Amino acid sequence: MKSLDSKIPNGDLVSKWSQHKFNLNLVNPSNKKKYTVIVVGTGLAGASAAATMAELGYNVLAFSYHESPRRAHSIAAQGGINAAKNYQNDGDSVFRLFYDTIKGGDYRSREANVYRLAELSSNIIDQCAAQGVPFAREYGGHLANRSFGGAQVSRTFYARGQTGQQLLLGAYSALIRQMNLKTVKFFPRHEMLDLVTIDGHAKGIIARNLLTGDIQSYPANAVVLATGGYGNVFYLSTNAMASNVTASWRAHKKGALFANPCFTQIHPTCIPVSSNHQSKLTLMSESLRNDGRVWVPKKKNDLRDPNQISEEERDYYLERLYPSFGNLVPRDVASRRAKEMCDNGFGVGNTRLAVYLDFKDVIAKQGKNWVAEKYGNLFDMYHQITGESPYEKPMMIYPAVHYTMGGLWVDYNLMSNIPGLYVTGEANFSDHGANRLGASALMQGLADGYFILPYTIGDYLAKESSALNSTHEEYQNGVQFCNEQIKNMLSIKGNKTVDDLHKELGKIMWDYVGMSRNKSNLELALKQIPSIREDFWNNVNIPGTGKEFNPELEKAGRLADFIELGELMAKDALNREESCGGHFREEHQTDDNEAKRNDENYSFVAAWEYVKEKESIMHKEQLIFENVKLATRSYK
Amino acid sequence: MQLTLKIWRQSSAESTGFFEKYIVDNVTADMSFFEMLDMLNNDLIKQNKSPIVFDHDCREGICGTCGLVINGRAHGPLKGVTACQLHMRTFKNGETLTVEPWRAKSFKVIKDLAVDRQAFDKIMEAGGYISVKTGGAPDANAMPIFKENADEAFDSATCIGCGACVAACKNSSAMLFVGAKVNQYAQLPQGQVEHSKRVKNMVEAMDSAGFGNCTNTGACEAECPKEISISNIIKLNKEYLKFH
Ligand SMILES: Cc1cc2nc3c(=O)[nH]c(=O)nc-3n(C[C@H](O)[C@H](O)[C@H](O)COP(=O)(O)OP(=O)(O)OC[C@H]3O[C@@H](n4cnc5c(N)ncnc54)[C@H](O)[C@@H]3O)c2cc1C
Ligand code: SF4
Ligand code: FES
Repeated sequence: MKSLDSKIPNGDLVSKWSQHKFNLNLVNPSNKKKYTVIVVGTGLAGASAAATMAELGYNVLAFSYHESPRRAHSIAAQGGINAAKNYQNDGDSVFRLFYDTIKGGDYRSREANVYRLAELSSNIIDQCAAQGVPFAREYGGHLANRSFGGAQVSRTFYARGQTGQQLLLGAYSALIRQMNLKTVKFFPRHEMLDLVTIDGHAKGIIARNLLTGDIQSYPANAVVLATGGYGNVFYLSTNAMASNVTASWRAHKKGALFANPCFTQIHPTCIPVSSNHQSKLTLMSESLRNDGRVWVPKKKNDLRDPNQISEEERDYYLERLYPSFGNLVPRDVASRRAKEMCDNGFGVGNTRLAVYLDFKDVIAKQGKNWVAEKYGNLFDMYHQITGESPYEKPMMIYPAVHYTMGGLWVDYNLMSNIPGLYVTGEANFSDHGANRLGASALMQGLADGYFILPYTIGDYLAKESSALNSTHEEYQNGVQFCNEQIKNMLSIKGNKTVDDLHKELGKIMWDYVGMSRNKSNLELALKQIPSIREDFWNNVNIPGTGKEFNPELEKAGRLADFIELGELMAKDALNREESCGGHFREEHQTDDNEAKRNDENYSFVAAWEYVKEKESIMHKEQLIFENVKLATRSYK
Repeated sequence: MQLTLKIWRQSSAESTGFFEKYIVDNVTADMSFFEMLDMLNNDLIKQNKSPIVFDHDCREGICGTCGLVINGRAHGPLKGVTACQLHMRTFKNGETLTVEPWRAKSFKVIKDLAVDRQAFDKIMEAGGYISVKTGGAPDANAMPIFKENADEAFDSATCIGCGACVAACKNSSAMLFVGAKVNQYAQLPQGQVEHSKRVKNMVEAMDSAGFGNCTNTGACEAECPKEISISNIIKLNKEYLKFH
């Protein structure tokens, strides 16, 4: 059993972080440039970390499979970023943001991490505003806010429906400034294929130049993975096409523990699937639930035009079931209720797998311009995809895979169980428990990158020699291993494409390991996923060679890892005999169909260890709550 | 529906390209343009032919990765829409579509429809930032900003860096892209300190990356999927002249 020391500092919740910062070792400023830190991923979490560490003086190498840091999927975040500024004077505070996040996560995250996140949230807004991020403002010139699910205060900062874009461009600007100063060397279109460990410590990576196919080793004193989430294991998700788990998975196979892999967030408001050619799903930001009202017809299979259905014939079920939070219940609750409505025959649209999100009332009250100013780009996007205008007809929405709370296990310092390997942003498991609240991922990625990792990494490096032995055999072995894997995949030349196989995996994941899970389905998934793996390694057809720009080959490598991850997700979901947040086990629900936690037996983080050709082993990190009382979440 | 596609194929930057003709059947109106290409690629792979390489990622019009010219129009026929957001209901059964990569000296073709846009990053490196270190920022509300300025800064900042403006311009000018970034910061008090240096450095980087000059044809604004206004170029010119 690995020892899982979360390294949560002693002391009271409020002073833990400041005391810890004081206790951390510092690297002498003149020595910093002798240390090489690799940052894999330049989304919000990676770009902010790389820029900040370069400012501090470290020699930073940043890698991304994208052509530019500005292309990372953080760019697509729409709705906003939380911060406990209390600019609205509506009773917000660090403690309230902390409390909402712990509760929203259904009590499956660490108190100390979440408190630190809430504490740093204000600094993030300050930092971004100073970088020139054009946040929405009021006529008085001050920053505007809106509300997000799971909160009764208005603490979400935003830039129209493009908050992620503006924040990422801010982090990108900080990063290119350092690139210009030559303190960061950026490797665009380079994909990390493996982690190099020497004597148990992370000492670099193996990466493939996607344009030439050249595979090389890159030694470093520490490695940071900021490689995003793994929602594409479901094939269809709101993630970008290339988002994948490879970096985390290969590190997992080198010994890094994978925590709570089954904690997946299904977002309630996405444009429904229209056909089996669909390649991805598009989110309609949660912010729309500020003003949009969710409903289905009271009558089953009511196929009339929604505008013909009178008020009395509509069931605004979220408002009915949850009078105090109404349309702003957390995502897991809203998603499950939408599914339930459709499963019970109240769904709308051609597939009956949709509910309405209606803006009629707000348009009548505030006018079309007001609505356009707030949500214009989302309405246009919806119109573009579906051919219908939400100004005239309610949107049709359905839940879709959106975010993965699970990820590599990290301690309070964001270090995995492999010394020298750090994991930040969506790639780690740390702050969102079993369900992430809206507008909290951007906050976490930037807190990790700007304000946490740059401190904590120094503590490790201060104790390490800066010398690197780039001729160590582990580097050559790594290169050889990756070259061979690619050669193997290319030599199969079977009769199935990567997409064919990925769709098969996605269907199993969605049907059996999706929004609603039960024992027999999970067992079915555990039977079927291995046969997809077999099929992949016998029947995949990858065109071209490994020595050229070959997107199909990239996709194949990623799918191979998704298949293995999928199996672990099913195993984790089967093991967790409770419902919590996004993990809903049908066997464990209350009389009114809410998730029923089992705090006595499952108040832990499940951290899985990879064992070659054997069953994975689970390690537990017990969660200890000293500042909040565990309660059944209620949004009624 | 059935469509005929004439697609640019080019195996590397060095090789010469050519158009290849494909007939695609079973295209449905609700498919996106890229889903139609996915379908074609899936078939090509099954026939052991090489699939068409094109850049894309978010498929929702925000990452700026996609970019191709359809029937002579950057990002296709619709105004304010990226290629990845284009749906097949825009086209008619039996139509022939010519699909090409961005063509500009500073954007070399990597393969087929994918081009290298690192020149954009080089321009940004020259000054597309406000020099503020992490940790030193004052309270965000300490500096009120007129809503009008904040909104204008935002409008300019919505540029996705796709390069359609360059591809659409007969001079391959990157003025719209540069102007948008310069104007974003020009609207904000935080951006003032480095303003003149930024204008000079970014324009120089643009020139040395081989982008052409603006001769006011307006093709960039017309083809920009984010409808970045050409007034950004007018402002950039004014700013540039001010300091030189
Ligand atoms: C549509 C959408 C809307 C959202 N809206 C919101 C919102 O309103 N508010 C909110 O708080 N959150 C939102 N989220 C969630 C949030 O955007 C993400 O969780 C967050 O941006 C992830 O940031 P990241 O830096 O961890 O990862 P990403 O931004 O995904 O970056 C990953 C980086 O890693 C690189 N990478 C990955 N693997 C490798 C590899 N093997 N080798 C080299 N490079 C690699 C990629 O190139 C990229 O640079 C949204 C998410 C989606 C999908
Ligand atoms: S200005 Fe418009 S066309 Fe040019 S890069 Fe920006 S978004 Fe693309
Ligand atoms: S793929 Fe992202 S903008 Fe088109």
